[in-house]
Amino acid sequence: MNQAALTCTNIEVEFDGFKAVNGVDLTLDSGEVHFLIGPNGAGKTTLVDAITGLTRYTGSVTKDGTELRGKKVHHIARKGIGRTFQTATVFEHLTVAQNLDIAAGSGRSPWHLLRQRRHLPDQVVAVMEQIGLDGQAETAAGVLAHGQKQWLEIGMLLVGDADVLLLDEPIAGMGHEERDRTGRLLHDIAATRAVAVVEHDMDFMRAFASRVTVLHAGAVLAAGTVDEVSGDPRVQAVYLGSVQEQEVADAATA
Amino acid sequence: MSKFLTGRAGTWTGFAAAALVLFGAAPLLLSGFRLGLLAQFLCYAIVAVGIGLAWGRGGMLTLGQGVFFGMGAYLMAMHMKMADAEFRNGPGSVPDFMELAGIREIPAYWVPFASPAFTIAAILILPTAFAVLLGFAVFKRRVKGAYFAILSQALAGAFAILLIGQQSMGGFNGLSRFRYFFGYNLDDPINQQMLYFIAAGILLVVLAVALQLRRSRYGELLVAVRDAEERVRFLGYDAANIKVVAYAAAALFAAVAGAIFVPIVGIISPANIGIVPSIMFILGVAIGGRGSLIGPVIGALAVALAQSALSEQFPSAWTYAQGLLFIVVIALLPGGIASIAAATKRFRREPVTAEAPA
Repeated sequence: MNQAALTCTNIEVEFDGFKAVNGVDLTLDSGEVHFLIGPNGAGKTTLVDAITGLTRYTGSVTKDGTELRGKKVHHIARKGIGRTFQTATVFEHLTVAQNLDIAAGSGRSPWHLLRQRRHLPDQVVAVMEQIGLDGQAETAAGVLAHGQKQWLEIGMLLVGDADVLLLDEPIAGMGHEERDRTGRLLHDIAATRAVAVVEHDMDFMRAFASRVTVLHAGAVLAAGTVDEVSGDPRVQAVYLGSVQEQEVADAATA
Repeated sequence: MSKFLTGRAGTWTGFAAAALVLFGAAPLLLSGFRLGLLAQFLCYAIVAVGIGLAWGRGGMLTLGQGVFFGMGAYLMAMHMKMADAEFRNGPGSVPDFMELAGIREIPAYWVPFASPAFTIAAILILPTAFAVLLGFAVFKRRVKGAYFAILSQALAGAFAILLIGQQSMGGFNGLSRFRYFFGYNLDDPINQQMLYFIAAGILLVVLAVALQLRRSRYGELLVAVRDAEERVRFLGYDAANIKVVAYAAAALFAAVAGAIFVPIVGIISPANIGIVPSIMFILGVAIGGRGSLIGPVIGALAVALAQSALSEQFPSAWTYAQGLLFIVVIALLPGGIASIAAATKRFRREPVTAEAPA
């Protein structure tokens, strides 16, 4: 049941005359893990920054018929759009449970906030299990392993009821086993949500992408399934040169 | 042990012990003069609790708490001057310092302060409201870190200079020579002791409020904003609102401390509220440990005690000692006195953690 969760139309971001994103159309569908790939400087992270309200842009981003352009960061977040950062950003001095509890509570009343937490919300307990941190509820987030921090950050979006997740390099620095777990986690959570992943890792992309959009120099170069995209000669041209990019070409000929 | 210290039973025990010392031991052991000094130090401690909340938990380096302390103090002093004048020469008479300055009419903004109720309401509301407005203006624009610190310090300086220029607020000399506090004679030792008890009571109440704020979900959120403000925003919170609450609470604490400081010490002048006193407030909190609840109180008392002891002996040495103390604490013990226990524990455990896999 593919259903457009987020629609971006003709997004343009300009930094001092340089167009970092130049007329991008992008639709994120519920039920899909949508990979955004492209060489460095292609505008992937800038696009995520624009959607989440961090960077000014022209064009339009709509979710459930509401225009998001010009809204403040925390208003966009409350519309159900969650993001992670290239370096996992969690509250290091707070425990895993506290991190998730805060993420679950942006709608709490002042009265509620001024009281102590008696027990964890069910949602927090469920998500802790889903991201594999249920044994570490009372561990300070700062001492978690690198991969666990990334999972915690994803978990923080899940308890916050985000249904559009924009993940910026969620597997950076992870080992093979962690990557696979993350990939499966992404597919689990995409069952009822739209998940967009900014990524460099081509193996990971091939293994877990439902759909791929290739950005190059701020514009969409190609979009489609993994096979369609890797068969596109323009994509091969952009990616020719390094070993990693060669793999895409290899995959296309395979 | 640590479970006990952070648990409910530990809290009650801690408050009971503090009450025993403040209300039992101190009045028994100290002379009237020393008790008066302690009362003055407790006022600094009340300011320190607020700074601990805003700076230690919220990451806002409030280098200008003298502004709020001064507001509370001057509002109280205005009432006491009006009451003294009324007691001496009947309603509508001009306070003594104004007579000396040649002011024959009571300025309009002084008139409402003849009422005790108005004065107390003003002390509770005006500085807090000012902090809320200032907080919104500053935090919504995402002014933080050193910029916020410089801004608040400049404000303290500007406030002191503004007061020096106001003859109808006592100018450079400030307001002093008070005789009555809500009808009670300030020369009476019993009333002086009562003022000490009031300060001690306020300190305990302020500590209880700060403790609740720390333990609540709000307290966790405040730490989250301190450590990763952007992340909090992307979770759907307006980080500025969260900071304003802690900043306003700190301002309220400082204002109340200033208000009770006036009858205890008997004078308030621009020298008590400008940049130097504001830095002293911060110094106490840094030395005591800004992250803990009780650390700022210990630090404020220790600094005030050291200042009064040292400046009695060597008047010029205190400034140097103050600077030295600050450097030592920042360099060797960033967590302050309150972290000594944890620091020694860490030191003993060092070999064990070194073996643990990275």
